[in-house]
Amino acid sequence: MSNPNPEARTTPVSTAATEAGEGQKKTAEASLLADAWRSLRKNPWFIISAAILLVMLAMAIFPQLFTSEDPRACFLERNRQTPSAEHWFGTDIQGCDYYTRVIYGARNSIAVGFIVSLGVLVISLILGLVAGYFGKWVDAVISRFTDMVFAVPYILGALVFLNVIPTRGVREVAMVLIIFTWPTMTRLMRGSVISAASTEYVTAARALGAGHVTIMRRHILPNSLGPVIGYATVFIGIIIGAEATLTYLGVGLQLPAISWGLQLSDAKPYLTSFPHLLVFPLLFVSLTVFAFMTLGDAVRDALDPKSKKK
Amino acid sequence: MTETTTTSGTPLLEVRNLEVEFRSKTGVAQAINGMNFTLHAGETLAILGESGSGKSVTAQTIMGILDMPPGHITGGQILYRGEDLLTMGEEKRRKLRGMNISMIFQDALSSLNPVLPVGWQIAEMFRVHRGFKRKEARAKAVELMQKVGIPAAEKRVWDFPHQFSGGMRQRIMIAMAIALDPDVLIADEPTTALDVTVQAQVMGLLKDLQAEHNMGLILITHDLGVVADVADKIAVMYAGRVMESADVFEIYARTANPYTKGLLESIPRIDGAGERLRAIPGLPPPLTDMPAGCPFSPRCEFATELCTAERPALREIVPGHRSACHYAEKIYAMSAEGTEEARA
Repeated sequence: MSNPNPEARTTPVSTAATEAGEGQKKTAEASLLADAWRSLRKNPWFIISAAILLVMLAMAIFPQLFTSEDPRACFLERNRQTPSAEHWFGTDIQGCDYYTRVIYGARNSIAVGFIVSLGVLVISLILGLVAGYFGKWVDAVISRFTDMVFAVPYILGALVFLNVIPTRGVREVAMVLIIFTWPTMTRLMRGSVISAASTEYVTAARALGAGHVTIMRRHILPNSLGPVIGYATVFIGIIIGAEATLTYLGVGLQLPAISWGLQLSDAKPYLTSFPHLLVFPLLFVSLTVFAFMTLGDAVRDALDPKSKKK
Repeated sequence: MTETTTTSGTPLLEVRNLEVEFRSKTGVAQAINGMNFTLHAGETLAILGESGSGKSVTAQTIMGILDMPPGHITGGQILYRGEDLLTMGEEKRRKLRGMNISMIFQDALSSLNPVLPVGWQIAEMFRVHRGFKRKEARAKAVELMQKVGIPAAEKRVWDFPHQFSGGMRQRIMIAMAIALDPDVLIADEPTTALDVTVQAQVMGLLKDLQAEHNMGLILITHDLGVVADVADKIAVMYAGRVMESADVFEIYARTANPYTKGLLESIPRIDGAGERLRAIPGLPPPLTDMPAGCPFSPRCEFATELCTAERPALREIVPGHRSACHYAEKIYAMSAEGTEEARA
């Protein structure tokens, strides 16, 4: 063989073997996310939506920061007042300060959004990963089942289910919404997994002896997560809207809970006489849904390596 | 080391009468029709052929990464140290991959996971197969990166694939492939995506590593220039079958097959400046519709009625030199004569 001196070319080029310690590991490992973060910071839509959401989240967690009043301190003698300096959003039919009610309403609405989106995300990641990776009959079974659930409009499913549950709190509403809304994200994840699974680095990993679990965890999951994470953020917004819809229809949360949906529902009969009862909760729902959707789009774009090329 | 076909002992890898076909709704494509070769430790076998000749399918079948379906292995054996890979259990076979039989792909960028640092990906080999701890695995990754000639490996171990040049990426891919000291390394067009100067460096690296670890190397390529430098043996493939196999010097000096002859004549030559480059006329037959006789016969200048009627078997012309041609002796004599003339 034409190889007189194998050492010559394989000698380590170790001149720069300096003190590359653990510190470097951190910066590099974070660099995919750091990349996403860098492009997000430059996106004005991200900044606007993030600012709105920070305020909304603060409202949900620490409503006391925004108002010193008790949302349940209602005095019938001051009911149905229009907005004034004393009561910014006016008062409702029970004579409660409407501004305080709306602030306190954030918690339940956002809680439902987060719980449902997280639950659906977990289901989608597992089912989408298994269906997309193994394909064949596994995929057929999961996909057909997904299609079956998908065929039921979630409003219809929720109406039927929630009607038979006598006491409906955040937990019950969230559960029913999860049951009927997981197919969309699962389909998205499955598609994303299929495209990741057909890449050459997955073939290469297989050729180098990686097993199914390693391939799914190390290669497919991180490469198919981007669009799903973006959608999960948008989904929080969709679900907040869905919760308000269900509550408005009378099958969502129940009094004495405080939520935007309930306020909308209560404002129903006074639509023409006291429009402020409808306008303020509606404004908050819209702002929150808008913020989550815009944020989701921004996050998805930032995590998508293809959209980075400029 | 000129004679390698008679090396003693059980061969590392032996492929016997391998047949692979792809079935689709439009028909059956015969990708490999009776592939035969042996590979010994320290030996380099080049599988040469144009696109669609079945060279990559051969590699995928040996590695067990062929997509089935549409692929079907309809016959033959692949013996690794005497054990048939095709009848082996899936888990046992998976353990052989990477540990004993390893592979390098053509496009290193798409063969590396874009979201993981390269050092991490190399270290993963040790963690999955050897159960190394994070720290040890990382140290091994740096060591390997230095070995394949990545400058400042210590610093670059946490860089991502897109931060490396093409040649460096291929070196990283090589580092992953040889991490666990395999006996057999399959390189599927390892230098096709690289520019010419880098090609030579990467081939040199492969050659050095092969000698150091005494690996059997299967080099799949369509580049006759690459083959001449590094291969010990050559198998020339056409339409899913081996047309000719012999020692590398033997083939270049005295080919016994019209297809190989055509390939060799189509290389541009420095002393033939001004002459029109010779090409083999026509295209390979579609794999779904093979001619009954010799698959090369429609394009062959020596073809006769015998060639279109009867498929020639791969047979030994002189010891260690096999050719699938009815007129192998005639071609052999012709090209031997040509070589003598050139020497004179």
